[in-house]
Amino acid sequence: MRPADLLIPTPAGLYCPPADVFIDPVRPVARALITHGHSDHARAGHGAVLATRETLDMMAIRYGEGFTGERQTAKLGLPVDINGVRFSFHPAGHVLGSAQIAVEANGLRIVASGDYKRALDPTCAPFEVLRCDVFITEATFGLPVFTHPEAGLEVAKLLRSIALFPERAHLVGAYSLGKAQRVIAEIRQAGCDETIYLHGAMEKLTAYYAEQGSKLGVLRPMAGSDRQAMQGAIILCPPSAIQDVWSRKFADPVTCFASGWMRIRARARQRGVELPLIVSDHADWPELQQTIRETEASEIWVTHGQEDALVHWCQSIGLAARPLNMVGYSDDGDAEPEAPKGTP
Amino acid sequence: MNRFAALIDRLGYEPGRNAKIRLLVDYFATTPDPDRGYALAAMAGTLDFGQAKPALLRSLISERTDPTLFALSYDYVGDLSETIALMWPASNTQSAQRELGLGEVVALLSNTKKADIPALLANLLDGLDETGRWAMLKLITGGLRIGISSRLAKTALAQGADIEVDAIEQVWHGLTPPYEALFLWLEGKAPAPLSGNPAPFRPVMLSHAIEDSDFVSLNSADFVAEWKWDGIRVQATAGTDATGKTVTKLYSRAGEDISDAFPDIIDALMGFDGAIDGELLVVRDGKVESFNALQQRLNRKKVTPKLMAEYPAAICVYDLLYADGEDWRDKPFTERRERLEQLVAQLKSPRIELSPVFDIPSWEVLAALRASPEGKVTPQEAEAIEGCMIKRRDSPYLAGRPKGLWFKWKRDPFIVDAVLMYARRGHGKRSSFYSDFTFGVWRDGENGPELVPVGKAYFGFTDQELAEIDRFVRKHTVNRFGPVREIVHEPDLGLVFEVAFEGIGPSTRHRSGLAMRFPRISRLRWDKPPREADRIETLTALSAGGRKKS
Repeated sequence: MRPADLLIPTPAGLYCPPADVFIDPVRPVARALITHGHSDHARAGHGAVLATRETLDMMAIRYGEGFTGERQTAKLGLPVDINGVRFSFHPAGHVLGSAQIAVEANGLRIVASGDYKRALDPTCAPFEVLRCDVFITEATFGLPVFTHPEAGLEVAKLLRSIALFPERAHLVGAYSLGKAQRVIAEIRQAGCDETIYLHGAMEKLTAYYAEQGSKLGVLRPMAGSDRQAMQGAIILCPPSAIQDVWSRKFADPVTCFASGWMRIRARARQRGVELPLIVSDHADWPELQQTIRETEASEIWVTHGQEDALVHWCQSIGLAARPLNMVGYSDDGDAEPEAPKGTP
Repeated sequence: MNRFAALIDRLGYEPGRNAKIRLLVDYFATTPDPDRGYALAAMAGTLDFGQAKPALLRSLISERTDPTLFALSYDYVGDLSETIALMWPASNTQSAQRELGLGEVVALLSNTKKADIPALLANLLDGLDETGRWAMLKLITGGLRIGISSRLAKTALAQGADIEVDAIEQVWHGLTPPYEALFLWLEGKAPAPLSGNPAPFRPVMLSHAIEDSDFVSLNSADFVAEWKWDGIRVQATAGTDATGKTVTKLYSRAGEDISDAFPDIIDALMGFDGAIDGELLVVRDGKVESFNALQQRLNRKKVTPKLMAEYPAAICVYDLLYADGEDWRDKPFTERRERLEQLVAQLKSPRIELSPVFDIPSWEVLAALRASPEGKVTPQEAEAIEGCMIKRRDSPYLAGRPKGLWFKWKRDPFIVDAVLMYARRGHGKRSSFYSDFTFGVWRDGENGPELVPVGKAYFGFTDQELAEIDRFVRKHTVNRFGPVREIVHEPDLGLVFEVAFEGIGPSTRHRSGLAMRFPRISRLRWDKPPREADRIETLTALSAGGRKKS
């Protein structure tokens, strides 16, 4: 069996012909396998969805219980047979519930890793290396300029700034699923127990993370709190809210943004960020290289992001590599496009 | 070095002007000499490390990284220094080295032989962290691009010492880095340094664009009008040095000394003593030529006699700042103008002309004049006219952009609808966005109508519009040539730009044989299919003369 007989890129997403399923389809399909809950990978309207319990829960929180016709929970490491093809889910270390999907038939194993990172994250299970023939990788930060510092160091920058400007509120832009909760957990690990305030858009998902065991400490909704009385407080909000009218009601806030893109000065300036925090839920360049080597795959398919550089590097170490030119996945926003208004 | 790095790092993220000044005031007050003086020089653009050219930096990084990966990274980051700083391999000697002060780094760089510069730079870069590497590379390549102008740095110095910034400008041109005499004076420890330059630059006065409401509130009788020529603003200054020799200088509006590029002008000012403000133009046989002609003389360190003969430069003078050993800037415009006319008459040079002044009987009369200057000047000269300047008769000459004194009233730009053909990522503020656009118009090709590129634009749009175009580019790429993306441009599929520009002339550099002056994207025509964009004949007609009434 050739790899292309087991998995092929189509406009709707990665398709497995023998099992008739799609992985992370970007348009409604009959049967979908979903790696994680970010909105560019997990969309509503499929006939049936197979995903981890956490991913299914988060889709229900975002889209409502009717987000799919049928749902089936994938247990980590436990294969599911569909028409002679074995599918198994394994931790990807990206966000809570995120999984790589291993696809196996006739002795050929392809791993679709979705989005992943190797750095430790207190809010989700660590990435598991899977040996395979073909490894499908993202390349969001697929350039050698991207090396993410330890998240703890970046959070220390935030806490130092609060000590320096105790009279100013610190607005931290962070994506509502994963990044926000990770930043909170890192702040707690750094020993800060102050109340952290949340923008309405991230309340439900953050409550879900806490329910699932993340140690997030005392949280309070921003709604109903006095925006003028936030001196020295940390407020988490979606990145779009930093430039919104919403943020203008704070007196002289320090605007921060937690994202891997903050490594590039112009990206921070373009967003009007005063305190860039380089915290990412995607693999950086060394992690991409490390992971590709550890899978021992002889062929690498690169999905979305800066695929040119990663393909070039793979080829330079003798691996067959090609870009899949997948459309519909965010190669720009850190993990996901801004959720439409009204979605939690 | 770390202090300087921290300063420019902070400044780079700080959006507010006042906050920037606060950071600078604090830095100057707490940093010792000579470091603070070199930092000031870096910001004022008066430090020059001739040896550290971008080519040298590229060669240093290419010895340490894969060239393809470097090219892709540079294209993405959009800033050479930052890309190198981020990709420079981490060194384990970093902590072992003693931190060098900015002054020590500058001394090392200036005292090292050219052949040893690469090794020195590599060694310095090894000893720094990313921010330090970035700051050092910015420093040695010049142009920090952190939103700090020479003027802003001087404003911070003035604020720190509680004096007017003009007082600093007065002595500035006689000073050199690391400016120890300047700091001694600012701190009250020494008298003001003498301006060592007998022909110093004086900050220019700028105008505001006139608005519709101004015509209602302003009385035209209080003003005079002049043509707004499409040249470059210059200041010509002459004075006598300590040895009795006359020194004549030509400055750009920002105070850059451009005398060497215009010896013809310097010669024409023989016998002049004072400072005049005017527009630098190419004037052949008494007729002003368009900006295209002037462009041949700009950005040259030296000129040949041939070039001077082909493109003879002249100044159209309109104001007087200094004369007869006296500062004229506080006197009203009409008085300055009277003395200016006498001085120009004495020079008797075709290279120094007076800008004509008109009374304004009513705004309507001026409007008619602005719409068709052809009534007053030749059609060729009309092409070099950008509009009108409107100046209060009693206006003093004030540095900066004072309100209510001088106005500019530009002619309406030319407009053409063109189709987006190629895009590449921008640099600086726009880095990593697709923001440099090549656009084309229709012509008849061998196989029917085809688009031919006619120009490039990289501004004119809002940030919101840029995000929209960027999205369009990413979704509609049909081809890639290195960093350049070809964007779909078919009769019914593509993006039409309304492009505004100030003029158009023949050019051998472009496939269409035409070059636009100051093109910018004035509107996105999402509503318009590419087939309805303009044709090349429209542009050729404009180039041949004949201004379209818009």
